[in-house]
Amino acid sequence: MSGTYKTLALTAVLAATTALSAFAPTQARAEDEIYVPLFTYRTGPFSGSGIPIANGMHDYLRLLNERDGGIGGVKLRVEECETGYDAKKGVECYEAVKGKGPVVVNPWSTGTTLSLIPKAGVDKVPVLSMAYGLSASADGQTFPWIFNPPNTYWDGASMILSYIGSQEGGLEKLKGKKIGYIYLDAGFGKEPIPLLESLSKEIGFDLKLYPVPADNIQNQSSQWLSVRRDKPDYMVLFGWGALNPTAVKEAVKINYPMDKFVSIWWPGEDDVRSAGPGAKGFKTLNWHGVGANFPALDDIKKHLVDAGKSKTDKNKVGDVLYNRGVYNSLLIAEGIANAQKITGKKVVTGEDVRRGLEAINITPERLKELGLEGFAEPLKLSCTDHNGHKATFLQEWDGEKWVRATDLVEPLHDRVEPLLKAAAKEYAEKNSGWPKRTEACDAPA
Amino acid sequence: MFYREAGQFKTNYADDMAIFPILQDKIGVAVIIAAAFVGVPLLGGSFFINAVMIPFLVFALAAIGLNLLTGYTGLLSLGNAGFMGVGAFACYKLTTVFPQVNIIVWLLVSGFFSAGVGVIFGLPSLRIKGFYLAVTTLAAQFFLQWCFVRIPWLTNHNISGAIEVPTRTLFGIAITGPNAAPEVRYLVVLSVVALLTLVAAHLVHGRVGRMWMAVRDMDIAAELMGIRLLPTKLLAFAVSSFYAGVAGALMVFLYLGSAEPDAFSINLSFLILFMVIIGGLGSLIGSFMGAAFIFILPIVLRYLPQSLGFSVGAATIEHLNYMIIGALIIAFLIVEPHGLARLWQTAKQKLRTWPFPY
Repeated sequence: MSGTYKTLALTAVLAATTALSAFAPTQARAEDEIYVPLFTYRTGPFSGSGIPIANGMHDYLRLLNERDGGIGGVKLRVEECETGYDAKKGVECYEAVKGKGPVVVNPWSTGTTLSLIPKAGVDKVPVLSMAYGLSASADGQTFPWIFNPPNTYWDGASMILSYIGSQEGGLEKLKGKKIGYIYLDAGFGKEPIPLLESLSKEIGFDLKLYPVPADNIQNQSSQWLSVRRDKPDYMVLFGWGALNPTAVKEAVKINYPMDKFVSIWWPGEDDVRSAGPGAKGFKTLNWHGVGANFPALDDIKKHLVDAGKSKTDKNKVGDVLYNRGVYNSLLIAEGIANAQKITGKKVVTGEDVRRGLEAINITPERLKELGLEGFAEPLKLSCTDHNGHKATFLQEWDGEKWVRATDLVEPLHDRVEPLLKAAAKEYAEKNSGWPKRTEACDAPA
Repeated sequence: MFYREAGQFKTNYADDMAIFPILQDKIGVAVIIAAAFVGVPLLGGSFFINAVMIPFLVFALAAIGLNLLTGYTGLLSLGNAGFMGVGAFACYKLTTVFPQVNIIVWLLVSGFFSAGVGVIFGLPSLRIKGFYLAVTTLAAQFFLQWCFVRIPWLTNHNISGAIEVPTRTLFGIAITGPNAAPEVRYLVVLSVVALLTLVAAHLVHGRVGRMWMAVRDMDIAAELMGIRLLPTKLLAFAVSSFYAGVAGALMVFLYLGSAEPDAFSINLSFLILFMVIIGGLGSLIGSFMGAAFIFILPIVLRYLPQSLGFSVGAATIEHLNYMIIGALIIAFLIVEPHGLARLWQTAKQKLRTWPFPY
């Protein structure tokens, strides 16, 4: 009898020690590595969007390791941390990686980003929230550690409106029209509302709001019932995860004219494909290439997918969200490369990469060098502008794949900028004691 | 042998009713408290304190709150996350409107707002019992979360709909906001949790706790004995919500640093209910054990393979995690339906008689 308890006690002690060792700060960073943690979500209700993005981010950085031996001869240590799109787990991931000297973090969740914004400057870890997070963080003077290129949600909403306007023959022609806005009822979806409302008042279109609660994204029948009753002339979608396929399916179900249904840049192929042939004509914003027709993506197939070093399906390389992950990693890689150039160091730190990100200047030539010719529009960031506010185009679902449908649509800069300034100022005021920028500027614009 | 109380004589009623009547327990608790107050801040790394201990204590406090209601009074509630949210938003409003008042005061005061809301939603408990009450508290959960999303005044008209924690100090040391050292935040959380746990222990050992337990065991009998049901049940709701509110405020102000309304979703309510059930209904130590089981174990499982040198995909670990935790929950509930606290009781009994069980 006592023997059993002894073994039991022994096991308990053993388990406790292993458990404790799990918390011990993981082995110090090797001297000749650059540590890039990736916050990903391959589980949970948002994994439909999360998996291709995670694959794209991972594969591009891994490719640099496999093909070029890292960046500037220094290997990258790429590590994924699973967040499940849960802000709490995202913060936990951040705490877990913080001690290992990350050069940049990508929260891939607006909730996590909001938690990290105040910490970034204290811990000296830049946050790259690519076209999500806090729109106001585009202001580099107030948020020196946060980067959100290439557009904000305000830019996105204004581009959708100006596209809709162009369909009608000018923004002012929207007077008397009815525009429906269906969105994730969280920070992400609510952010554009002030912009839409002010424009609606000014131009005179009727704005209908259809919020979808975050915990009920797969049940939108009541929202679409209202859509059917209100009959908006255009529908605008700001969704994420399972919200997107559900919205498209519901739109098809009520026979909403798909060519009048425009979304922000988050729906992927799978989101639309599942709605069947009826989804033809659905449009989304996008700022980068779709398809695998780029030398760098061929390299990914050759070095990683064929070699079994990637989790990606070969025919998913080139999907829109996969390429978005690649674009995200492209920004990371450029930030690191710039940091090496500016500091002359090989192994750079978060502080260096912050400077590197401010110096981002992706020209068409640079893209060609990287094997991504024509992949995206040029992007130049500066100390004041951490965003770029780039124009995007609309892509249309042809039933099989995304097809570029329009030329570049410029955001309504004169609308977005005052909003942005005010929001940044307000953020700094509300968070009393928000630090003034002390970081020097490398490249005075 | 280890737990033999032979020779420890109680000479008055108060001694017999003490929270820790046995000397060994007193020593044990003193050691744990000393370790928590001194050992952890000195030895724990930033990850251990920030991502393990602080949230563990916050969830333990929330679990204690729910345990007072569900475990001690027998009223099932699914609205706990909503009450936590009330505390968090109340604290945010209070500290932004009156920034000169110390944040610790607001952390505790916000509990009263939560208690008030809890009392309102506790009113149906006089007529409704069991699962039906769970459904009415579910309504509280959804209504409160709806308020957090829909009333911009609560977030000071923040565009992103989230609350962000400003820097606040105590004796010149930052205790909230990005500049607060993990150790400082930990000590604040620990002090609040220790204090409130002590209060809870006194409550449940005293007249109020006995009233609650009488209501739990049979409310008609309790009523016949002269316990007024409505005030008793409402008091349970108030105290429980107070704890939830303080826990919610601690969660946002000292752990997350900012929160979207989504942080107080029904999932959190379930999480805390599971902590209470796994830990043991009607046990304070069980609340801590349950919080450790539900919150710390997954973190251990997540980082264990890595620190042992295995490289497993982050998502694979997450999937394994769900399976292991799920299996363990089932296993524990089969072995001991009364939760980890009862296991601890059994172990204590064994230690008492060891090595001669008979």
